Amino acid sequence: MIKTLAGSLRQYKKGSILTVCLSILEAGVEIVIPLCMSGLIDYGVERGAMERVWEYGAVLLALALLQLAAGTASARICARASAGFAANLRQDMYDNVQTFSFSSLDKFSTASIVTRLTTDVTNIQNAYQMLIRMAVRGPVMTVFAMAVSFTISREISLVFLAIIVFLAVLLWRIVRGVNPIFGQVFRTYDALNNVVQENVRGARVVKSFNQEEGEMEKFGGISQRIFRDFARGERLLALNTPLMQFFMYACMILISWLGAKAIVAGGNDPALGLTTGNLTALISYAIQILTSLMMLSMVFAMIAISAASGRRVAEVLEEGTDIANPQHPVREVPSGEVVFHDVCFRYASTADRQVLDHIDLRFRAGETVGILGGTGSSKSSLVQLIPRLYDVTEGSLTVGGVDVRNYDLTALRSAVAMVLQKNELFSGTVRENLRWGDENAGDEELERACRLACADEFIQSLPGGYDARIEQGGTNISGGQKQRLCIARALLKRPKVLILDDSTSAVDTKTDGAIQRAFREYLPETTKIIIAQRVSSVRHADQIVVMDGGRVAAVGRHEELLETCGIYREVYQSQQKGAHGDD
Amino acid sequence: MTEKAKRVPAGDAAPARFNPKALRKVLGCIGEYRGAMVLVVVCILLSAVASAASSLFLQTLIDDHILPLLAMDTPVFTKLIRALITIGCVYLAGVLSTLVYNRVMVTVAQGTLKKLRDQMFGGMQRLPVRYFDTHTHGEIMSLYTNDTDTLRQLIAQALPQLISSVFTIAVVFVCMLYVSIPLTLLASAAVFGMMKVVGGVMEKSGAYFVRQQRTLAELNGYVEEMVNGQKVVKVFCHEDRVREELAARNKAWEEAAAAAGGNANAIMPMMNALGYVQYILVAVLGAWMAIAGVGNLGLTGVDTLTLGAIASFLTLTRSFTNPIAQISNQFNSVVTALAGAERIFAFLEEEPERDEGYVTLVSAKIDGDGTAAECAEHTGRWAWKHPHGDGTLTYTPLKGEITLDGVDFGYTPDKTVLHDITLRAEPGRKIAFVGATGAGKTTIANLINRFYDVADGKIRYDGININKIKKADLRRSLGVVLQDVNLFTGTVMENIRYGNPAATDGECMAAAKLANADGFIRMLPQGYDTVLQGDGSGLSQGQRQLISIARAAVSNPPVMILDEATSSIDTRTEALVQKGMDALMKGRTVFAVAHRLSTVRNSDCILVLDHGRVIERGTHDRLIARKGVYHQLYTGAFELE
Repeated sequence: MIKTLAGSLRQYKKGSILTVCLSILEAGVEIVIPLCMSGLIDYGVERGAMERVWEYGAVLLALALLQLAAGTASARICARASAGFAANLRQDMYDNVQTFSFSSLDKFSTASIVTRLTTDVTNIQNAYQMLIRMAVRGPVMTVFAMAVSFTISREISLVFLAIIVFLAVLLWRIVRGVNPIFGQVFRTYDALNNVVQENVRGARVVKSFNQEEGEMEKFGGISQRIFRDFARGERLLALNTPLMQFFMYACMILISWLGAKAIVAGGNDPALGLTTGNLTALISYAIQILTSLMMLSMVFAMIAISAASGRRVAEVLEEGTDIANPQHPVREVPSGEVVFHDVCFRYASTADRQVLDHIDLRFRAGETVGILGGTGSSKSSLVQLIPRLYDVTEGSLTVGGVDVRNYDLTALRSAVAMVLQKNELFSGTVRENLRWGDENAGDEELERACRLACADEFIQSLPGGYDARIEQGGTNISGGQKQRLCIARALLKRPKVLILDDSTSAVDTKTDGAIQRAFREYLPETTKIIIAQRVSSVRHADQIVVMDGGRVAAVGRHEELLETCGIYREVYQSQQKGAHGDD
Repeated sequence: MTEKAKRVPAGDAAPARFNPKALRKVLGCIGEYRGAMVLVVVCILLSAVASAASSLFLQTLIDDHILPLLAMDTPVFTKLIRALITIGCVYLAGVLSTLVYNRVMVTVAQGTLKKLRDQMFGGMQRLPVRYFDTHTHGEIMSLYTNDTDTLRQLIAQALPQLISSVFTIAVVFVCMLYVSIPLTLLASAAVFGMMKVVGGVMEKSGAYFVRQQRTLAELNGYVEEMVNGQKVVKVFCHEDRVREELAARNKAWEEAAAAAGGNANAIMPMMNALGYVQYILVAVLGAWMAIAGVGNLGLTGVDTLTLGAIASFLTLTRSFTNPIAQISNQFNSVVTALAGAERIFAFLEEEPERDEGYVTLVSAKIDGDGTAAECAEHTGRWAWKHPHGDGTLTYTPLKGEITLDGVDFGYTPDKTVLHDITLRAEPGRKIAFVGATGAGKTTIANLINRFYDVADGKIRYDGININKIKKADLRRSLGVVLQDVNLFTGTVMENIRYGNPAATDGECMAAAKLANADGFIRMLPQGYDTVLQGDGSGLSQGQRQLISIARAAVSNPPVMILDEATSSIDTRTEALVQKGMDALMKGRTVFAVAHRLSTVRNSDCILVLDHGRVIERGTHDRLIARKGVYHQLYTGAFELE
């Protein structure tokens, strides 16, 4: 995990190392300063030598300025490095998500990818910043301070070394104990967010069924659990400060006692033994060491907590793609002929449910093909194989006579336009949305595609026409309008194969008919594959495929199927009942 | 590119301002823990005293013990030992106080947050549907996540630190005065200078913080939208373009974050370094005073400055500047947290859905002549209990008759979407609404269960104005299947039981069979015990609708509202469901909104709506015979859009 994450450091490696160096320098200065201070007292104030006071003062001032320079520089460099690291991580993850196959997208789920790209990255950024500024500084301070203390007084230093080791062990145990508790807290947080989200989305359902009390109870249970676990963890962490204080005070009393005895024994003469100035210095070092230890334990607690985020990010970074370009890809799709040779398909190799079962189909270039079938009969799975959104498990699928696995992915997907069942428009103008199909399309082309998809008229009536704004997800236009825009967008790709996955379900029969007619007339070269629930959408197709439970139940023209296929007849009649007006 | 992209290079933003009103409200929330807070404050005070005493002790140690001992020929340490024991007790008290306030504070902070969360969620349940129409899901979610998180930091960390810092500053200040007034003045002047310098940096950092938050919101918004549409991105081979667009937003955020973080990180080292400068000033002045023998003015009177006094004072100055540095370091996060707190309080203060209804639904015994009487046991029969102004009570048996009388409605006062709708649905009748998107079909359904209130006119349920009926009881008497299905995390069984928490497993399964959902549910890995997650994301749209129909069936109400209940079910399955639906609808009043006209043919009355007005009404056959709009719609010769 660490190696994966570190791979995203790149240009910020230098800054990170510089930060570490600067913080070591900072720590060093902070160690020397108390020495100067004690010198100022011992050789200056004590002896009444004003010039010594000035001398030491000047050195101190220089050190303070050095610390200021090092401190502010490291602050800035560190912020830049950690923000840059986070930006790199986010970009790398996003770039990798772009290579994800549909199965990987399904595996991670949209919500989880979004959380990883947002909250988790922020957690890592904060932890990294602490790590490079504090984690090195703490041990360095401790080692420096210990070393200097030893030069002042071996005996006294040994005493507080023992105390420090003891404290370090205790702090470490607290951090270790806290970790699993916080892991639990974050899992409970997920549950809490889930309840809130469901209630925000399903507010009408909750109200309709009078379940307000029940939902509050559910939420109350989770929030109580968060309260309990969080408080348990924090109460444990709350031991840190008093523990540190206890040992600090113990050190001070011991140093005072031992120091006093040593000073009295040596007559407060620097040459003979400990001085009062030394005593002051020893005490400041003791405080410094203990403070850095506590900081260190905080850093560790924080890093341990964000380790979960690190793992989640690494998962996305390490996810390989199972649908990749072949070595020598074919870059030209010669025609819109689509052939399924004995195709079998499962969503995961381990899944025991066969989604498509030995499919053999041939769609000639320029044909209109209708696909009908019940809920869960694998219609969508069938067509998603054509632009290689998923790979076949067995058998092969060719477009224009070439196995789809031999194509360059971009070339294949440019030639195969697909209007998904759950389609999305993006926030932006109508024009911008349409240009997803062809970035360089001129106004005339846009309008032509919209006329074919019967979208031109309503777009003209929008305020601003083609420059009207579409809200995120296309919530400000009706379902039927959205579907027609999505079709127009796909047409702009000038595809060799056009797939509509139940894309006219919200369009009325008449408009649906007009779209079908336009397709036949103006897109004679394009193979049109239309999944529909209405027989009227497909009855004029060159062939109609009836799917049932992952198998092809029947293939034929409308009239043939009425004769031979029971399922088809049933569907037709259920829609026909009483609709004597239908031509 | 898009408007969003243009906004990325964010301009200069005003720095975030400290918001005292929000802080008062946060403190108000903690009010419940008043007793605990008093204890916390006392303990903080004791702890601060102990910490100040430790600084002062150095002076006592050197001046009163070490130096006299040095003067003795045979040093006697008993006095020193006694002093050490005394200070040891003070320290112990300090440590215990620290322990107590740290632990109590955890309970206070987490308890307050729990209370706030529960209040937010409870308040949210009482909000009118309108609130959810006008706020994005992301907005509401971030109240529970980001804003509550920053508030936790404020209460649990910043607040105790603030109290402790203020006390420490006060106590140390008094101690400093006790040692030497002139030195204290010098130290204070130096601190004032420090604040001036750091204040500038803080303000700059505040402005960048605002920019950072904004660029982050933009970045996250982009990520959310694009990841949600990732499959479309792939189908259109737009991977490279979205990469670039993310990179632009990422860069803008990185710049703002680096600047904000850089300035914020610089505050501590600056305060530290300036603290040393102050130390030097005090040391030089102190030394000069001691050497020159200038009279020192302390709280105890005039004397000369001793060596120990200078040492002590120098330690005190460190204790004086440290808490000030900590407060300034926390300032920006406090401001951010208060901004979040303000949003939370605004949410809590949202006007709840009002319910002035007083007519309730009670279990009843119905006599042969149709009069109802309340009874405690469950009879399967219900009656409206209607208290009148004169103190009398009447009981009306629940039948399921709905009438609309001249109803006008608009989501906003200036735009009326329903005009003068009048209809009467007798018990057991099926009424269908037909019309284009936006014609007002769903709106009528929303008015009957009082998600919204009519602007003019009246809706009556069994002859009672629904405004007089308690909302919970009104909704209990209505079953709803909505177009957008929402399922909850839990088993399939639990989701069906949502319609009626008292239903047995058998009743739930019977309802599922009725909706024709039983077949596919049994095919799921654990059947009825299969856990659904993420709004039933493992199921197809049609299967989710079937569960939602079963859910309504199990609640067994006299009136059903079916809003495009079968739109995502293929027609063949629908034909099967239709049988169940017919059984479900039998004996109930039904309001059906449908896109597919085939599903409303058998209605007792079909209302054709156009721009909020009823333009035709009658049975299917009558409407076809009339050769009006319905006929045109039915034959596909006319488009309502």
